[in-house]
Amino acid sequence: MNKWDCRSAKIGDNLPELLIETISRTKLALYAGASGDHNPIHIDTDYTKRIGLSDVIAHGMLIMGYLGRVLTNNLNQNQILEYGVQFSSITNIGDKLACSGIVKEILNNKKNKIIKLELKVKDQNNDTKLKGYSLIKTS
Amino acid sequence: MLDRSLINKNYPTVKFDVEKQRLKFFAKATGQTDPIYFDEIIAREKGFPSILAPPTFLTTVAYEQNNPNQYIYDLSVNMKDVLHAGQIYKYHSLVFAGDIITMDSKIKDMYDKKNGSLEFVEFESLYTNQNGKLVVESLSTLVIR
Repeated sequence: MNKWDCRSAKIGDNLPELLIETISRTKLALYAGASGDHNPIHIDTDYTKRIGLSDVIAHGMLIMGYLGRVLTNNLNQNQILEYGVQFSSITNIGDKLACSGIVKEILNNKKNKIIKLELKVKDQNNDTKLKGYSLIKTS
Repeated sequence: MLDRSLINKNYPTVKFDVEKQRLKFFAKATGQTDPIYFDEIIAREKGFPSILAPPTFLTTVAYEQNNPNQYIYDLSVNMKDVLHAGQIYKYHSLVFAGDIITMDSKIKDMYDKKNGSLEFVEFESLYTNQNGKLVVESLSTLVIR
């Protein structure tokens, strides 16, 4: 896989945008099984209706997993020092998500050049689902 | 107001065998495509001991226990008022199929904003591998409305 050349990164550079296939119940069921998070709010519409939600909602951690692919698609995973997100709004069935990353800061410590990326997930209405960041080492 | 005496409360250690099939299932469910997440032979050709665990994989460890949400119950709040507001991972080493991970968790901090109308709980999990090396630190922030 071709990795992004982060050694020549400049502030404001964008990582390639990652589009996620439409969120479906199947995707949530698969993630429930794979992660072990069987909370019925993500998989059982009978349950969600009982608690006043018209449908299941996505696991926040699934969306964090998708956004993490902006890192793993473009970097070697051992370059990732830190990866964090804030969950801003709920992801629903039918949402179409776009994951993006931009170089926010370049920090130099004694050993390494560290890049701070600003990460984001937006939906088809330009609503922000997740805001995140990552610290990556360049070597 | 939350019971601040819960700060530093520790939770039982969870032990987790990182299995190939589980890693592949997780990689598929999160849409990974690089064969280092699926194919042990290719992972070895790249110099790894086995299939690589994706960055958020260790979230699965918490669900190995009977009551993964025990710390939320301990807060004595209504589950519907609790939101997972934030998640941070700090990485020290990669995790591979075949590793045995130990998770030690505690309530790390509590604080409030907006004159106490929003309360925050920070829950920390430290993940150590079979060689006693700290591999990943996790900090989850819950907000109670």
